[in-house]
Amino acid sequence: MQFGLDKFFGISQQALKIHSRRAEVLAGNLANADTPGYKARDIDFKAALQQFKSGMSDVTLRTTNPNHINSAGTSPGRIDDVLGEMKYRIPGQPSLDGNTVDSLKEKAAFMENALLYQTNLQFLGGKIKHLKSALKGE
Amino acid sequence: MSLFNILDIAGSGMSAQALRLNTTASNLANAESVSSTGADVYRARQPVFSAVMKALGESPAGVGVQVNGIVESQAPVRKQYEPGHPMANGDGYIFLPNVSMVEEMANMISASRSYQTNSEVAKTTKQLFMRTLSLGQ
Repeated sequence: MQFGLDKFFGISQQALKIHSRRAEVLAGNLANADTPGYKARDIDFKAALQQFKSGMSDVTLRTTNPNHINSAGTSPGRIDDVLGEMKYRIPGQPSLDGNTVDSLKEKAAFMENALLYQTNLQFLGGKIKHLKSALKGE
Repeated sequence: MSLFNILDIAGSGMSAQALRLNTTASNLANAESVSSTGADVYRARQPVFSAVMKALGESPAGVGVQVNGIVESQAPVRKQYEPGHPMANGDGYIFLPNVSMVEEMANMISASRSYQTNSEVAKTTKQLFMRTLSLGQ
């Protein structure tokens, strides 16, 4: 059985990447809360993760020798692909200067995102702990 | 790494809001600066914000904010008849800035709230960073 760390860590590491990217987008929204004409954006997490996962099998290294290790299914999708899933927010209350940032909504989303990020970190930490205890044989 | 970008973005937001507070302070301080002509009287100043596209690294995910410039308000200045004033012109008029106290106070509160938001974002990001660094320990 081929043992890949990427496989072992599973979906958590990809979710972590998307969460950190989403935090960036939301921070951008909050920084531009007073910029005229700025349109708030967000990442569709579900679609992004789907795309991220499907990217896993698409990207493979070329093997020219039978001894080369087949990389299929081990390389995670590129994080930049996730950007394709960015959507503009639909403003609840349009403002005269064309800005669609709702500070409170963005703050709540940022907080939620930070919590989810930490949740994924927790999962990853647990897995590392398991791995360590298995290696030590305790 | 996108967590680093967040610090840049939050930093740009804080610096922009600090500049906005700066103009507000200047406007409030000069609210009663008298002049004897309408041309050289102090006018309220406001910063113009715009989003920074692609300036922060190559990833266009989050965008920072920048101050494009500072514009002076074109609202008419106040003209007051005070012949006894040392700055009064030949007709006995003095000119007062077009600073609106109420607007400036509202502006100040809005700027300080936005500043707080950005600083909270930076703080949360720092916590996420520290958690990530201690992963697996």
